[in-house]
Amino acid sequence: MKIDTNSNIYTFIYASVMVILVAALLAFTAIKLQPLQEKNIRVEKMQNILQSVGIETTVDDAEAQFKKYITKQVLVNTKGEEVKGNAFSTNLKAQTRLKKEDRVLPVFYAKMDDGKKMAIIPLRGTGLWGPIWGYLALENDFNTIYGAVFDHKGETPGLGADINKDWFEKPFKGKTLFEGDKFVSITIYKGGKGAAKLAGDTKHGCDAISGGTITSKGLQRMLKEEWLDNYEAFLKKNKK
Amino acid sequence: MSKNSKLLSGPINLNNPITVQVLGICSALAVTVKLEPAIVMSVSVTAVLALANVIVSLLRNTIPSRIRIIVQLVIVAALVILVDQILKAYLYDVSKQLSVFVGLIITNCIIMGRLEAFALGNKPYASFLDGIGNGAGYAIILIIIAAIRELFGAGTLTFPGIGEVTIIPQAFYDFGYQNNGLVILPPMALIVVGIIIWVQRAKTRELIEEV
Repeated sequence: MKIDTNSNIYTFIYASVMVILVAALLAFTAIKLQPLQEKNIRVEKMQNILQSVGIETTVDDAEAQFKKYITKQVLVNTKGEEVKGNAFSTNLKAQTRLKKEDRVLPVFYAKMDDGKKMAIIPLRGTGLWGPIWGYLALENDFNTIYGAVFDHKGETPGLGADINKDWFEKPFKGKTLFEGDKFVSITIYKGGKGAAKLAGDTKHGCDAISGGTITSKGLQRMLKEEWLDNYEAFLKKNKK
Repeated sequence: MSKNSKLLSGPINLNNPITVQVLGICSALAVTVKLEPAIVMSVSVTAVLALANVIVSLLRNTIPSRIRIIVQLVIVAALVILVDQILKAYLYDVSKQLSVFVGLIITNCIIMGRLEAFALGNKPYASFLDGIGNGAGYAIILIIIAAIRELFGAGTLTFPGIGEVTIIPQAFYDFGYQNNGLVILPPMALIVVGIIIWVQRAKTRELIEEV
């Protein structure tokens, strides 16, 4: 018997069976691969945190190195007081949706091989196509930047995506977040390489990316009103 | 030439998906700023295209013609999500680099175009060859554009597994040579495609239309 592939009933059955089969297949794969994917994300986070204090790790030794260097993980609120909770698994994106006074903010403390202590502050913001994030390592004075790493979900390759490149991150080293007692954070100057120097801001200024203006602006907001100013009270309290 | 080898070699020149069929231009603009994502994208598109072609070809006699586009879309989308999930689990670095572009494979006109034009009316093996051939034709153009754009835009070439290789020596820059920022921007990709089409048409007699 030949089936009429153009009948309504056949079309309905065909569509339903196909959808159920495909859904089952995709759900099965997603659940099977989830632990592996989550481990990748966790390891990457550890690598990023360590990278901000200049420690390069491989995928295999990241967890051991993280245990070795990161001595303390705490959560603070926007008044700078310590609160209870797990700093590593705190979801920054969820925090940005809360009212400012309800937010809890992770801080990681690292002790380097030479005994220097660092405070690492995670960052979270929005770029052109999606979220951008990073880690800012501060020296013991809670003012001078020791290192910065940034990363992104899907900024334009070759343009905005370059925020995770060395040449963009390196200039942050040595810049300070405070001018006297005033929290000024870092300003990103438009105009390509050397723009911050031209503007005469060598203490708190860094260069934006030509062609990556919207990403650079997002990064700017992340370092000021959108995220880093949550830490203002905490930094002021500890500042030396 | 045998029919099968024509399926493979045709799309590389005479029937190239980008320069002759003018399909898949969008991704030719998006992923060609650097060589590495262009190569990885080419490989992924070829794999998805060949697989989707085979699956649609196997099902071609059962697909109700009124919902055939939907069926094709579901097959392509499912394949792309599978590729994405597997990359995220086993090749995390590559998946981060490709980011949104993996999802964009679904909307690549070459895939729907070949499914509709070829796989629905041909046997699985021929469809498989057609997928590989069109993938290769797409890859060649993408790699040429990416190489030109990265070389003149950034002075480097990035290969998967090797990383960034600086091609233009520092001495050039010392003499005042500058990277061309325009080459990085999307319009330049279109201009390069245009130049490739021009060269190809000037060289290939079969492509020149009678006036």
